[in-house]
Amino acid sequence: MADLRDLYQQIIVDHSRSPRNCRVLQGASLSAEGDNPLCGDHVTLYVQMEGERVKDISFQGNGCAISTASASLLTEMLKGKTRAEAEALFESFHDVVTGAPYVEKPGAPALGKLAVFAGVSQFPLRVKCATLVWHTLKAALNQIKEPVSTE
Amino acid sequence: MKTASNPSDHKTTQPLAAEFNLLQIRQDFPVLKQTIRGKPLVYLDNAATTQKPQCVMDAIVGFYAFDCSNVHRGVHELSRRATESYEGARLKVQKFLNAAESREIIFVRGATEGINLVAHSFLRPTLQPGDEILISAMEHHSNIVPWQMLCEERGAILRVAPINDLGELIMEAFEQLLSPRTRLVAITHVSNALGTITPIRHIISLAHGKGVPVLVDGAQAVAHMPVDVQELDCDFYVFSGHKLYGPTGIGVLYGNSELLEKMVPFQGGGDMISSVTFEKTTYNTLPYKFEAGTPNIAATIGLGAAIDYVSAIGLKNIAAHEHQLLAYATEAFARIPGVRLIGTASKKAAVLSFLVDGVHPHDIGTILDQDGVAIRAGHHCAQPVMARFGIPATTRASFGVYNTTAEIDALVAGIYKVKEIMG
Ligand SMILES: Cc1ncc(COP(=O)(O)O)c(C=O)c1O
Repeated sequence: MADLRDLYQQIIVDHSRSPRNCRVLQGASLSAEGDNPLCGDHVTLYVQMEGERVKDISFQGNGCAISTASASLLTEMLKGKTRAEAEALFESFHDVVTGAPYVEKPGAPALGKLAVFAGVSQFPLRVKCATLVWHTLKAALNQIKEPVSTE
Repeated sequence: MKTASNPSDHKTTQPLAAEFNLLQIRQDFPVLKQTIRGKPLVYLDNAATTQKPQCVMDAIVGFYAFDCSNVHRGVHELSRRATESYEGARLKVQKFLNAAESREIIFVRGATEGINLVAHSFLRPTLQPGDEILISAMEHHSNIVPWQMLCEERGAILRVAPINDLGELIMEAFEQLLSPRTRLVAITHVSNALGTITPIRHIISLAHGKGVPVLVDGAQAVAHMPVDVQELDCDFYVFSGHKLYGPTGIGVLYGNSELLEKMVPFQGGGDMISSVTFEKTTYNTLPYKFEAGTPNIAATIGLGAAIDYVSAIGLKNIAAHEHQLLAYATEAFARIPGVRLIGTASKKAAVLSFLVDGVHPHDIGTILDQDGVAIRAGHHCAQPVMARFGIPATTRASFGVYNTTAEIDALVAGIYKVKEIMG
Protein backbone atom coordinates (compact mmCIF):
# COMPACT_ATOMS: atom_id res chain seq x y z
CA MET A 1 0.00 0.00 0.00
CA ALA A 2 3.06 2.22 0.24
CA ASP A 3 2.86 3.18 -3.41
CA LEU A 4 -0.81 4.06 -3.24
CA ARG A 5 -0.21 6.30 -0.24
CA ASP A 6 2.43 8.12 -2.31
CA LEU A 7 -0.25 8.83 -4.89
CA TYR A 8 -3.16 9.52 -2.60
CA GLN A 9 -1.37 11.72 -0.08
CA GLN A 10 -3.49 13.24 2.64
CA ILE A 11 -3.41 16.69 1.02
CA ILE A 12 -4.61 15.25 -2.27
CA VAL A 13 -7.46 13.32 -0.69
CA ASP A 14 -8.39 16.40 1.35
CA HIS A 15 -8.43 18.74 -1.66
CA SER A 16 -10.39 16.23 -3.74
CA ARG A 17 -13.01 15.94 -1.01
CA SER A 18 -13.25 19.66 -0.30
CA PRO A 19 -11.88 21.48 -3.31
CA ARG A 20 -10.94 25.13 -2.80
CA ASN A 21 -12.09 27.89 -5.17
CA CYS A 22 -14.56 25.56 -6.79
CA ARG A 23 -17.12 27.99 -8.21
CA VAL A 24 -17.92 30.08 -11.24
CA LEU A 25 -15.99 33.34 -11.20
CA GLN A 26 -18.43 36.02 -12.30
CA GLY A 27 -16.90 38.45 -14.76
CA ALA A 28 -13.68 36.47 -15.17
CA SER A 29 -11.56 38.04 -17.90
CA LEU A 30 -10.25 34.66 -19.08
CA SER A 31 -11.59 31.14 -19.08
CA ALA A 32 -10.95 27.83 -20.79
CA GLU A 33 -12.24 24.29 -20.78
CA GLY A 34 -10.35 21.03 -20.58
CA ASP A 35 -11.39 17.44 -21.21
CA ASN A 36 -9.81 14.11 -20.54
CA PRO A 37 -11.83 11.94 -22.95
CA LEU A 38 -10.33 8.74 -21.60
CA CYS A 39 -11.96 9.04 -18.19
CA GLY A 40 -14.51 11.77 -18.76
CA ASP A 41 -12.81 14.40 -16.60
CA HIS A 42 -13.98 17.88 -17.40
CA VAL A 43 -12.75 21.20 -16.00
CA THR A 44 -13.59 24.85 -16.60
CA LEU A 45 -11.05 27.32 -15.33
CA TYR A 46 -11.82 31.02 -14.66
CA VAL A 47 -9.10 33.61 -14.31
CA GLN A 48 -9.46 37.26 -13.36
CA MET A 49 -6.31 39.13 -14.37
CA GLU A 50 -5.21 42.50 -13.07
CA GLY A 51 -2.51 43.63 -15.44
CA GLU A 52 0.04 40.81 -15.50
CA ARG A 53 -1.14 39.34 -12.21
CA VAL A 54 -3.75 36.71 -11.40
CA LYS A 55 -6.18 38.58 -9.17
CA ASP A 56 -8.61 35.73 -8.69
CA ILE A 57 -8.91 32.21 -10.05
CA SER A 58 -11.46 29.43 -9.71
CA PHE A 59 -12.58 26.22 -11.35
CA GLN A 60 -15.55 23.99 -11.78
CA GLY A 61 -15.60 20.45 -12.99
CA ASN A 62 -15.96 16.85 -12.61
CA GLY A 63 -13.10 14.48 -12.23
CA CYS A 64 -11.07 12.00 -10.29
CA ALA A 65 -9.29 12.78 -7.04
CA ILE A 66 -6.03 13.57 -8.80
CA SER A 67 -7.49 16.02 -11.30
CA THR A 68 -9.76 17.67 -8.72
CA ALA A 69 -6.96 18.09 -6.19
CA SER A 70 -4.67 19.38 -8.90
CA ALA A 71 -7.21 22.02 -9.91
CA SER A 72 -7.85 22.99 -6.30
CA LEU A 73 -4.15 23.34 -5.47
CA LEU A 74 -3.48 25.20 -8.71
CA THR A 75 -6.00 27.86 -7.79
CA GLU A 76 -4.50 28.17 -4.31
CA MET A 77 -0.98 28.51 -5.67
CA LEU A 78 -1.64 30.93 -8.48
CA LYS A 79 -3.52 33.69 -6.76
CA GLY A 80 -1.31 36.78 -6.93
CA LYS A 81 1.25 35.22 -9.29
CA THR A 82 2.24 36.80 -12.60
CA ARG A 83 1.62 35.18 -15.94
CA ALA A 84 5.34 34.38 -16.31
CA GLU A 85 5.46 32.81 -12.85
CA ALA A 86 2.40 30.70 -13.65
CA GLU A 87 4.00 29.38 -16.80
CA ALA A 88 7.28 28.64 -15.05
CA LEU A 89 5.40 26.83 -12.30
CA PHE A 90 3.68 24.62 -14.89
CA GLU A 91 7.09 23.57 -16.16
CA SER A 92 8.25 22.65 -12.68
CA PHE A 93 4.99 20.84 -11.98
CA HIS A 94 5.31 18.89 -15.20
CA ASP A 95 8.78 17.74 -14.18
CA VAL A 96 7.48 16.64 -10.80
CA VAL A 97 4.60 14.52 -12.11
CA THR A 98 6.63 12.93 -14.88
CA GLY A 99 9.50 12.16 -12.56
CA ALA A 100 12.01 14.33 -14.43
CA PRO A 101 14.92 15.44 -12.27
CA TYR A 102 13.96 18.66 -10.54
CA VAL A 103 15.85 21.62 -11.90
CA GLU A 104 15.06 25.01 -10.50
CA LYS A 105 13.66 27.18 -13.28
CA PRO A 106 14.72 30.80 -13.35
CA GLY A 107 11.86 32.91 -12.08
CA ALA A 108 9.78 29.91 -11.02
CA PRO A 109 8.08 30.22 -7.65
CA ALA A 110 8.70 27.49 -5.10
CA LEU A 111 6.67 24.33 -5.65
CA GLY A 112 5.23 24.40 -2.16
CA LYS A 113 2.31 22.02 -1.71
CA LEU A 114 2.50 21.00 -5.36
CA ALA A 115 5.37 18.72 -4.38
CA VAL A 116 2.76 16.22 -3.12
CA PHE A 117 2.12 15.29 -6.74
CA ALA A 118 5.51 13.58 -7.00
CA GLY A 119 3.78 10.24 -6.35
CA VAL A 120 1.97 10.57 -9.67
CA SER A 121 5.20 9.81 -11.51
CA GLN A 122 4.92 6.17 -10.38
CA PHE A 123 1.52 5.96 -12.11
CA PRO A 124 2.11 6.98 -15.73
CA LEU A 125 -1.58 6.46 -16.60
CA ARG A 126 -2.51 9.22 -14.17
CA VAL A 127 -0.15 11.97 -15.34
CA LYS A 128 -2.84 13.37 -17.63
CA CYS A 129 -5.22 13.67 -14.71
CA ALA A 130 -2.73 15.83 -12.84
CA THR A 131 -1.80 18.03 -15.79
CA LEU A 132 -5.26 18.58 -17.32
CA VAL A 133 -5.97 21.75 -15.35
CA TRP A 134 -2.50 23.12 -16.07
CA HIS A 135 -2.99 22.67 -19.81
CA THR A 136 -6.33 24.36 -19.37
CA LEU A 137 -4.64 27.24 -17.56
CA LYS A 138 -2.25 27.68 -20.45
CA ALA A 139 -5.20 27.79 -22.86
CA ALA A 140 -6.96 30.39 -20.71
CA LEU A 141 -3.87 32.60 -20.50
CA ASN A 142 -3.43 32.35 -24.27
CA GLN A 143 -7.14 32.81 -24.89
CA ILE A 144 -7.52 29.57 -26.82
CA LYS A 145 -11.21 28.98 -27.43
CA GLU A 146 -11.15 25.30 -28.43
CA PRO A 147 -11.48 23.02 -25.38
CA VAL A 148 -8.17 21.44 -24.37
CA SER A 149 -8.01 17.67 -24.70
CA THR A 150 -5.47 15.34 -23.15
CA GLU A 151 -5.80 12.88 -26.03
CA MET B 1 -30.00 -22.53 -10.65
CA LYS B 2 -28.44 -21.61 -7.34
CA THR B 3 -27.95 -18.00 -6.36
CA ALA B 4 -25.51 -16.38 -4.00
CA SER B 5 -28.25 -16.00 -1.40
CA ASN B 6 -27.77 -19.69 -0.77
CA PRO B 7 -24.98 -19.78 1.82
CA SER B 8 -23.66 -23.12 0.61
CA ASP B 9 -22.81 -21.39 -2.64
CA HIS B 10 -19.48 -20.15 -1.38
CA LYS B 11 -18.17 -23.66 -1.69
CA THR B 12 -19.81 -24.58 -4.95
CA THR B 13 -18.57 -22.27 -7.62
CA GLN B 14 -17.89 -24.95 -10.14
CA PRO B 15 -19.93 -27.51 -11.86
CA LEU B 16 -23.38 -26.69 -12.98
CA ALA B 17 -22.97 -29.29 -15.64
CA ALA B 18 -20.48 -32.10 -15.70
CA GLU B 19 -18.71 -30.68 -18.74
CA PHE B 20 -18.14 -27.30 -17.08
CA ASN B 21 -14.75 -27.61 -15.45
CA LEU B 22 -13.65 -24.20 -14.24
CA LEU B 23 -10.14 -25.28 -13.27
CA GLN B 24 -9.56 -26.76 -16.69
CA ILE B 25 -10.97 -23.67 -18.38
CA ARG B 26 -8.58 -21.44 -16.45
CA GLN B 27 -5.71 -23.65 -17.60
CA ASP B 28 -6.71 -22.95 -21.19
CA PHE B 29 -5.89 -19.24 -20.81
CA PRO B 30 -2.14 -18.68 -20.44
CA VAL B 31 -2.58 -14.99 -19.57
CA LEU B 32 -4.36 -15.90 -16.33
CA LYS B 33 -1.26 -17.60 -14.95
CA GLN B 34 0.57 -14.34 -14.37
CA THR B 35 0.86 -12.14 -11.35
CA ILE B 36 0.64 -8.36 -11.33
CA ARG B 37 2.83 -6.72 -8.70
CA GLY B 38 2.97 -10.05 -6.92
CA LYS B 39 -0.79 -10.65 -6.91
CA PRO B 40 -2.63 -13.07 -9.19
CA LEU B 41 -4.20 -11.30 -12.15
CA VAL B 42 -7.95 -10.90 -11.64
CA TYR B 43 -9.28 -10.03 -15.06
CA LEU B 44 -12.74 -8.48 -14.81
CA ASP B 45 -12.75 -6.36 -17.95
CA ASN B 46 -14.30 -8.91 -20.27
CA ALA B 47 -16.85 -6.53 -21.74
CA ALA B 48 -13.94 -4.52 -23.18
CA THR B 49 -12.21 -7.58 -24.55
CA THR B 50 -11.85 -11.19 -23.47
CA GLN B 51 -8.64 -13.15 -23.04
CA LYS B 52 -7.73 -15.79 -25.61
CA PRO B 53 -7.46 -19.53 -24.99
CA GLN B 54 -4.36 -21.37 -26.19
CA CYS B 55 -6.34 -23.08 -28.98
CA VAL B 56 -7.14 -19.71 -30.58
CA MET B 57 -3.49 -18.70 -30.51
CA ASP B 58 -2.49 -22.09 -31.89
CA ALA B 59 -4.93 -21.70 -34.78
CA ILE B 60 -3.46 -18.30 -35.68
CA VAL B 61 0.14 -19.47 -35.37
CA GLY B 62 -0.72 -22.66 -37.26
CA PHE B 63 -2.03 -20.67 -40.18
CA TYR B 64 1.12 -18.56 -40.38
CA ALA B 65 3.44 -21.49 -39.74
CA PHE B 66 1.97 -23.94 -42.24
CA ASP B 67 -0.80 -22.57 -44.44
CA CYS B 68 0.00 -18.91 -45.03
CA SER B 69 -1.43 -17.92 -48.37
CA ASN B 70 -4.09 -15.70 -49.85
CA VAL B 71 -7.62 -17.05 -50.15
CA HIS B 72 -9.86 -17.67 -53.14
CA ARG B 73 -7.17 -17.07 -55.71
CA GLY B 74 -4.35 -19.55 -55.64
CA VAL B 75 -3.99 -22.79 -57.55
CA HIS B 76 -1.49 -24.13 -55.08
CA GLU B 77 -1.81 -26.31 -52.01
CA LEU B 78 -1.29 -23.55 -49.43
CA SER B 79 -4.02 -21.43 -50.95
CA ARG B 80 -6.35 -24.41 -50.99
CA ARG B 81 -5.73 -24.96 -47.28
CA ALA B 82 -6.08 -21.29 -46.39
CA THR B 83 -9.33 -21.04 -48.33
CA GLU B 84 -10.64 -24.18 -46.71
CA SER B 85 -9.89 -22.89 -43.21
CA TYR B 86 -11.27 -19.43 -43.98
CA GLU B 87 -14.51 -20.79 -45.43
CA GLY B 88 -14.58 -23.38 -42.66
CA ALA B 89 -14.74 -20.52 -40.17
CA ARG B 90 -17.73 -19.12 -42.03
CA LEU B 91 -19.52 -22.45 -41.61
CA LYS B 92 -18.70 -22.43 -37.91
CA VAL B 93 -20.20 -18.95 -37.54
CA GLN B 94 -23.27 -20.04 -39.50
CA LYS B 95 -23.82 -22.92 -37.14
CA PHE B 96 -23.02 -20.78 -34.08
CA LEU B 97 -25.75 -18.26 -34.99
CA ASN B 98 -27.96 -20.89 -36.61
CA ALA B 99 -28.13 -18.85 -39.81
CA ALA B 100 -30.04 -20.49 -42.65
CA GLU B 101 -27.21 -20.13 -45.17
CA SER B 102 -23.46 -19.58 -44.97
CA ARG B 103 -23.65 -16.75 -47.54
CA GLU B 104 -25.52 -14.76 -44.90
CA ILE B 105 -22.31 -14.56 -42.86
CA ILE B 106 -20.18 -11.56 -43.83
CA PHE B 107 -16.74 -11.17 -42.28
CA VAL B 108 -15.99 -7.62 -41.15
CA ARG B 109 -13.50 -5.99 -38.78
CA GLY B 110 -15.88 -5.98 -35.85
CA ALA B 111 -19.34 -4.98 -34.65
CA THR B 112 -18.59 -1.36 -35.51
CA GLU B 113 -17.80 -2.13 -39.13
CA GLY B 114 -20.84 -4.38 -39.41
CA ILE B 115 -23.10 -1.53 -38.30
CA ASN B 116 -21.41 0.91 -40.67
CA LEU B 117 -21.84 -1.59 -43.51
CA VAL B 118 -25.58 -1.77 -42.91
CA ALA B 119 -25.80 2.03 -42.66
CA HIS B 120 -23.98 2.45 -45.95
CA SER B 121 -25.26 -0.44 -48.03
CA PHE B 122 -28.76 -0.99 -46.71
CA LEU B 123 -30.15 2.33 -45.52
CA ARG B 124 -28.16 5.07 -47.23
CA PRO B 125 -29.29 4.50 -50.83
CA THR B 126 -32.97 4.91 -50.04
CA LEU B 127 -33.13 7.01 -46.87
CA GLN B 128 -35.31 10.10 -47.39
CA PRO B 129 -35.56 13.37 -45.50
CA GLY B 130 -37.98 12.89 -42.61
CA ASP B 131 -37.41 9.13 -42.43
CA GLU B 132 -36.63 7.81 -38.95
CA ILE B 133 -34.13 5.42 -37.41
CA LEU B 134 -35.05 4.09 -33.98
CA ILE B 135 -32.39 3.17 -31.43
CA SER B 136 -32.43 2.89 -27.63
CA ALA B 137 -30.99 5.05 -24.86
CA MET B 138 -28.50 2.35 -23.90
CA GLU B 139 -26.57 1.98 -27.14
CA HIS B 140 -22.80 1.88 -27.46
CA HIS B 141 -21.42 4.82 -29.47
CA SER B 142 -20.93 2.35 -32.36
CA ASN B 143 -24.67 1.96 -32.63
CA ILE B 144 -25.35 5.70 -32.37
CA VAL B 145 -22.78 7.57 -34.42
CA PRO B 146 -23.16 5.76 -37.79
CA TRP B 147 -26.91 6.48 -37.69
CA GLN B 148 -26.35 10.05 -36.62
CA MET B 149 -23.95 10.61 -39.53
CA LEU B 150 -26.44 9.10 -41.95
CA CYS B 151 -29.34 11.16 -40.56
CA GLU B 152 -27.30 14.32 -40.91
CA GLU B 153 -26.42 13.51 -44.49
CA ARG B 154 -29.96 12.59 -45.52
CA GLY B 155 -32.08 14.88 -43.35
CA ALA B 156 -33.46 11.84 -41.52
CA ILE B 157 -34.32 11.74 -37.82
CA LEU B 158 -32.75 9.65 -35.09
CA ARG B 159 -35.33 8.56 -32.49
CA VAL B 160 -34.25 7.23 -29.11
CA ALA B 161 -36.40 4.88 -27.03
CA PRO B 162 -35.94 5.74 -23.34
CA ILE B 163 -34.93 3.46 -20.46
CA ASN B 164 -36.18 3.42 -16.86
CA ASP B 165 -34.18 3.85 -13.65
CA LEU B 166 -33.31 0.16 -13.60
CA GLY B 167 -31.81 0.43 -17.07
CA GLU B 168 -34.64 -1.40 -18.85
CA LEU B 169 -36.10 -0.34 -22.14
CA ILE B 170 -39.55 1.26 -21.67
CA MET B 171 -41.55 -0.88 -24.07
CA GLU B 172 -44.62 1.35 -24.31
CA ALA B 173 -42.43 4.26 -25.34
CA PHE B 174 -40.58 2.07 -27.82
CA GLU B 175 -43.84 0.98 -29.37
CA GLN B 176 -45.04 4.57 -29.68
CA LEU B 177 -41.80 5.63 -31.34
CA LEU B 178 -42.21 2.96 -34.02
CA SER B 179 -43.83 5.12 -36.67
CA PRO B 180 -44.81 4.78 -40.31
CA ARG B 181 -41.58 6.66 -41.05
CA THR B 182 -39.33 4.26 -39.13
CA ARG B 183 -36.94 2.68 -41.62
CA LEU B 184 -34.82 0.63 -39.24
CA VAL B 185 -34.64 -0.35 -35.59
CA ALA B 186 -31.02 -0.70 -34.40
CA ILE B 187 -30.78 -1.99 -30.87
CA THR B 188 -28.43 -3.76 -28.54
CA HIS B 189 -28.99 -7.32 -27.34
CA VAL B 190 -27.03 -6.69 -24.14
CA SER B 191 -25.99 -3.26 -22.84
CA ASN B 192 -22.24 -2.99 -22.28
CA ALA B 193 -22.62 -0.27 -19.65
CA LEU B 194 -25.56 -1.68 -17.68
CA GLY B 195 -25.68 -5.39 -18.47
CA THR B 196 -29.36 -5.20 -19.39
CA ILE B 197 -30.58 -8.00 -21.67
CA THR B 198 -33.18 -6.37 -23.90
CA PRO B 199 -36.41 -8.23 -24.76
CA ILE B 200 -35.09 -8.57 -28.27
CA ARG B 201 -37.57 -11.19 -29.50
CA HIS B 202 -40.49 -8.94 -28.51
CA ILE B 203 -38.81 -5.85 -30.00
CA ILE B 204 -38.33 -7.63 -33.30
CA SER B 205 -41.91 -8.86 -33.47
CA LEU B 206 -43.24 -5.35 -32.74
CA ALA B 207 -41.01 -3.86 -35.44
CA HIS B 208 -41.85 -6.55 -37.96
CA GLY B 209 -45.52 -6.00 -37.18
CA LYS B 210 -45.02 -2.58 -38.71
CA GLY B 211 -42.80 -3.82 -41.51
CA VAL B 212 -39.61 -2.36 -39.97
CA PRO B 213 -36.35 -4.33 -40.26
CA VAL B 214 -34.16 -4.76 -37.16
CA LEU B 215 -30.40 -4.73 -36.64
CA VAL B 216 -29.26 -6.30 -33.39
CA ASP B 217 -25.92 -5.29 -31.83
CA GLY B 218 -24.81 -8.58 -30.33
CA ALA B 219 -21.31 -7.46 -29.29
CA GLN B 220 -22.05 -8.17 -25.61
CA ALA B 221 -24.36 -11.11 -26.14
CA VAL B 222 -22.70 -13.84 -28.18
CA ALA B 223 -20.13 -14.80 -25.54
CA HIS B 224 -22.72 -14.99 -22.80
CA MET B 225 -25.82 -16.77 -24.13
CA PRO B 226 -26.92 -18.93 -27.04
CA VAL B 227 -28.03 -16.84 -30.03
CA ASP B 228 -30.24 -18.14 -32.83
CA VAL B 229 -30.85 -15.58 -35.55
CA GLN B 230 -33.67 -17.59 -37.12
CA GLU B 231 -35.45 -17.93 -33.82
CA LEU B 232 -34.98 -14.20 -33.14
CA ASP B 233 -36.07 -13.48 -36.71
CA CYS B 234 -33.69 -10.49 -36.86
CA ASP B 235 -32.67 -8.96 -40.19
CA PHE B 236 -29.11 -8.11 -39.19
CA TYR B 237 -26.94 -9.26 -36.28
CA VAL B 238 -23.40 -8.02 -35.59
CA PHE B 239 -20.65 -9.05 -33.19
CA SER B 240 -16.89 -8.78 -32.65
CA GLY B 241 -14.58 -11.77 -32.38
CA HIS B 242 -12.44 -10.25 -29.65
CA LYS B 243 -15.28 -10.25 -27.10
CA LEU B 244 -15.84 -13.95 -27.84
CA TYR B 245 -12.36 -15.17 -26.82
CA GLY B 246 -11.23 -14.65 -30.42
CA PRO B 247 -8.76 -12.20 -31.97
CA THR B 248 -9.21 -8.49 -32.64
CA GLY B 249 -9.74 -7.28 -36.19
CA ILE B 250 -12.45 -9.79 -37.03
CA GLY B 251 -16.19 -9.64 -36.59
CA VAL B 252 -19.37 -10.81 -38.20
CA LEU B 253 -22.36 -9.29 -39.87
CA TYR B 254 -25.23 -11.72 -40.27
CA GLY B 255 -27.82 -10.49 -42.76
CA ASN B 256 -30.96 -12.01 -44.11
CA SER B 257 -30.02 -13.09 -47.65
CA GLU B 258 -33.04 -11.41 -49.22
CA LEU B 259 -31.90 -8.05 -47.88
CA LEU B 260 -28.20 -8.65 -48.53
CA GLU B 261 -28.96 -9.50 -52.16
CA LYS B 262 -30.57 -6.11 -52.70
CA MET B 263 -27.84 -4.10 -50.98
CA VAL B 264 -25.07 -2.19 -52.70
CA PRO B 265 -21.44 -3.14 -51.92
CA PHE B 266 -19.70 -1.47 -48.97
CA GLN B 267 -16.22 -1.14 -50.45
CA GLY B 268 -14.86 -1.78 -53.91
CA GLY B 269 -11.82 -3.90 -54.68
CA GLY B 270 -10.61 -7.41 -55.31
CA ASP B 271 -12.68 -10.44 -54.30
CA MET B 272 -15.96 -8.52 -54.39
CA ILE B 273 -16.19 -8.57 -58.20
CA SER B 274 -16.96 -11.25 -60.74
CA SER B 275 -15.74 -9.27 -63.75
CA VAL B 276 -14.22 -5.86 -64.34
CA THR B 277 -13.81 -3.77 -67.47
CA PHE B 278 -13.30 -0.04 -67.53
CA GLU B 279 -16.90 0.33 -68.63
CA LYS B 280 -18.59 -1.95 -66.14
CA THR B 281 -17.98 -4.10 -63.11
CA THR B 282 -20.20 -7.00 -62.16
CA TYR B 283 -20.27 -7.68 -58.46
CA ASN B 284 -19.58 -11.04 -56.95
CA THR B 285 -22.28 -13.06 -55.24
CA LEU B 286 -22.89 -13.20 -51.49
CA PRO B 287 -21.03 -13.11 -49.21
CA TYR B 288 -18.05 -11.93 -51.31
CA LYS B 289 -19.86 -8.84 -52.56
CA PHE B 290 -19.23 -7.41 -49.09
CA GLU B 291 -15.69 -8.68 -48.58
CA ALA B 292 -13.49 -6.44 -50.71
CA GLY B 293 -9.75 -6.96 -50.57
CA THR B 294 -7.66 -9.57 -48.80
CA PRO B 295 -9.43 -10.33 -45.53
CA ASN B 296 -7.94 -10.87 -42.08
CA ILE B 297 -7.44 -14.56 -42.77
CA ALA B 298 -5.54 -15.49 -39.60
CA ALA B 299 -8.03 -13.72 -37.35
CA THR B 300 -10.95 -15.35 -39.14
CA ILE B 301 -9.42 -18.76 -38.53
CA GLY B 302 -8.80 -17.71 -34.91
CA LEU B 303 -12.46 -16.78 -34.59
CA GLY B 304 -13.42 -20.22 -35.88
CA ALA B 305 -11.26 -21.77 -33.15
CA ALA B 306 -12.87 -19.52 -30.52
CA ILE B 307 -16.32 -20.63 -31.62
CA ASP B 308 -15.24 -24.26 -31.38
CA TYR B 309 -13.95 -23.53 -27.90
CA VAL B 310 -17.08 -21.91 -26.46
CA SER B 311 -19.32 -24.39 -28.26
CA ALA B 312 -17.50 -27.30 -26.63
CA ILE B 313 -18.11 -25.78 -23.19
CA GLY B 314 -21.65 -24.88 -24.20
CA LEU B 315 -23.16 -21.40 -24.21
CA LYS B 316 -25.87 -22.54 -21.80
CA ASN B 317 -23.24 -23.65 -19.31
CA ILE B 318 -21.34 -20.39 -19.74
CA ALA B 319 -24.53 -18.39 -19.20
CA ALA B 320 -25.36 -20.37 -16.06
CA HIS B 321 -21.85 -19.95 -14.64
CA GLU B 322 -21.79 -16.22 -15.29
CA HIS B 323 -25.27 -15.81 -13.89
CA GLN B 324 -24.05 -17.39 -10.69
CA LEU B 325 -21.08 -15.00 -10.60
CA LEU B 326 -23.35 -12.03 -11.20
CA ALA B 327 -25.73 -13.08 -8.44
CA TYR B 328 -22.80 -13.64 -6.05
CA ALA B 329 -21.26 -10.25 -6.89
CA THR B 330 -24.57 -8.40 -6.72
CA GLU B 331 -25.19 -9.78 -3.27
CA ALA B 332 -21.69 -9.05 -2.06
CA PHE B 333 -21.94 -5.46 -3.31
CA ALA B 334 -25.28 -4.97 -1.60
CA ARG B 335 -23.45 -5.48 1.70
CA ILE B 336 -20.80 -2.78 1.08
CA PRO B 337 -21.94 0.53 2.52
CA GLY B 338 -21.93 3.50 0.14
CA VAL B 339 -21.96 1.43 -3.04
CA ARG B 340 -24.66 1.92 -5.65
CA LEU B 341 -25.25 -0.34 -8.64
CA ILE B 342 -26.04 1.32 -11.96
CA GLY B 343 -28.10 -1.06 -14.07
CA THR B 344 -30.38 -3.29 -12.03
CA ALA B 345 -32.59 -4.69 -14.76
CA SER B 346 -34.46 -7.89 -13.97
CA LYS B 347 -32.68 -9.61 -16.88
CA LYS B 348 -28.95 -8.99 -16.87
CA ALA B 349 -25.79 -10.47 -18.34
CA ALA B 350 -22.39 -10.53 -16.70
CA VAL B 351 -21.86 -6.81 -16.10
CA LEU B 352 -21.69 -5.00 -12.75
CA SER B 353 -21.52 -1.21 -13.10
CA PHE B 354 -21.27 0.66 -9.83
CA LEU B 355 -20.44 3.85 -7.97
CA VAL B 356 -18.67 4.23 -4.65
CA ASP B 357 -19.84 7.24 -2.66
CA GLY B 358 -17.47 10.17 -3.04
CA VAL B 359 -14.84 8.26 -5.02
CA HIS B 360 -14.29 8.74 -8.73
CA PRO B 361 -14.22 5.53 -10.81
CA HIS B 362 -10.79 6.39 -12.18
CA ASP B 363 -9.31 6.36 -8.66
CA ILE B 364 -11.04 3.04 -7.94
CA GLY B 365 -9.45 1.67 -11.13
CA THR B 366 -5.95 2.69 -10.06
CA ILE B 367 -6.31 1.30 -6.54
CA LEU B 368 -7.71 -2.04 -7.75
CA ASP B 369 -5.00 -2.26 -10.39
CA GLN B 370 -2.37 -2.12 -7.64
CA ASP B 371 -3.73 -5.46 -6.48
CA GLY B 372 -3.92 -6.94 -9.96
CA VAL B 373 -7.69 -6.47 -10.29
CA ALA B 374 -8.46 -5.23 -13.81
CA ILE B 375 -11.76 -3.40 -14.25
CA ARG B 376 -12.90 -0.53 -16.45
CA ALA B 377 -13.56 3.01 -15.27
CA GLY B 378 -15.18 5.58 -17.49
CA HIS B 379 -18.19 6.12 -19.69
CA HIS B 380 -17.81 2.77 -21.53
CA CYS B 381 -18.42 4.42 -24.92
CA ALA B 382 -21.99 5.00 -23.79
CA GLN B 383 -22.02 8.66 -22.74
CA PRO B 384 -25.81 8.96 -23.24
CA VAL B 385 -26.28 6.18 -20.68
CA MET B 386 -24.14 8.12 -18.21
CA ALA B 387 -26.16 11.27 -18.95
CA ARG B 388 -29.41 9.32 -18.37
CA PHE B 389 -28.23 8.46 -14.86
CA GLY B 390 -26.73 11.92 -14.30
CA ILE B 391 -23.20 10.61 -13.71
CA PRO B 392 -19.95 11.14 -15.61
CA ALA B 393 -18.65 7.60 -15.30
CA THR B 394 -18.96 4.27 -13.55
CA THR B 395 -16.65 1.50 -12.48
CA ARG B 396 -17.49 -1.70 -14.32
CA ALA B 397 -16.60 -5.28 -13.53
CA SER B 398 -17.58 -7.69 -16.30
CA PHE B 399 -17.32 -11.45 -16.11
CA GLY B 400 -16.28 -14.20 -18.45
CA VAL B 401 -16.18 -17.95 -18.59
CA TYR B 402 -12.97 -18.21 -16.53
CA ASN B 403 -13.89 -15.97 -13.59
CA THR B 404 -14.42 -17.34 -10.09
CA THR B 405 -16.19 -16.28 -6.93
CA ALA B 406 -12.75 -15.99 -5.32
CA GLU B 407 -11.97 -13.28 -7.87
CA ILE B 408 -15.14 -11.47 -6.90
CA ASP B 409 -13.98 -11.68 -3.29
CA ALA B 410 -10.73 -10.00 -4.40
CA LEU B 411 -12.76 -7.25 -6.08
CA VAL B 412 -14.83 -6.72 -2.94
CA ALA B 413 -11.69 -6.58 -0.78
CA GLY B 414 -10.35 -4.00 -3.23
CA ILE B 415 -13.42 -1.84 -2.79
CA TYR B 416 -12.91 -1.84 0.98
CA LYS B 417 -9.32 -0.78 0.40
CA VAL B 418 -10.54 2.05 -1.85
CA LYS B 419 -12.79 3.25 0.95
CA GLU B 420 -9.93 3.11 3.41
CA ILE B 421 -7.51 5.07 1.21
CA MET B 422 -9.99 7.63 -0.05
CA GLY B 423 -12.03 7.76 3.16
C1 LIG C 1 -22.61 -3.13 -27.16
C2 LIG C 1 -21.41 -2.88 -28.02
N1 LIG C 1 -21.57 -2.57 -29.30
C3 LIG C 1 -20.53 -2.36 -30.11
C4 LIG C 1 -19.24 -2.41 -29.66
C5 LIG C 1 -18.12 -2.13 -30.61
O1 LIG C 1 -17.32 -3.23 -30.80
P1 LIG C 1 -15.97 -3.10 -31.63
O2 LIG C 1 -15.22 -1.95 -31.06
O3 LIG C 1 -15.29 -4.41 -31.42
O4 LIG C 1 -16.35 -2.88 -33.06
C6 LIG C 1 -19.01 -2.71 -28.31
C7 LIG C 1 -17.63 -2.73 -27.78
O5 LIG C 1 -17.33 -2.24 -26.73
C8 LIG C 1 -20.12 -2.95 -27.48
O6 LIG C 1 -19.95 -3.23 -26.18
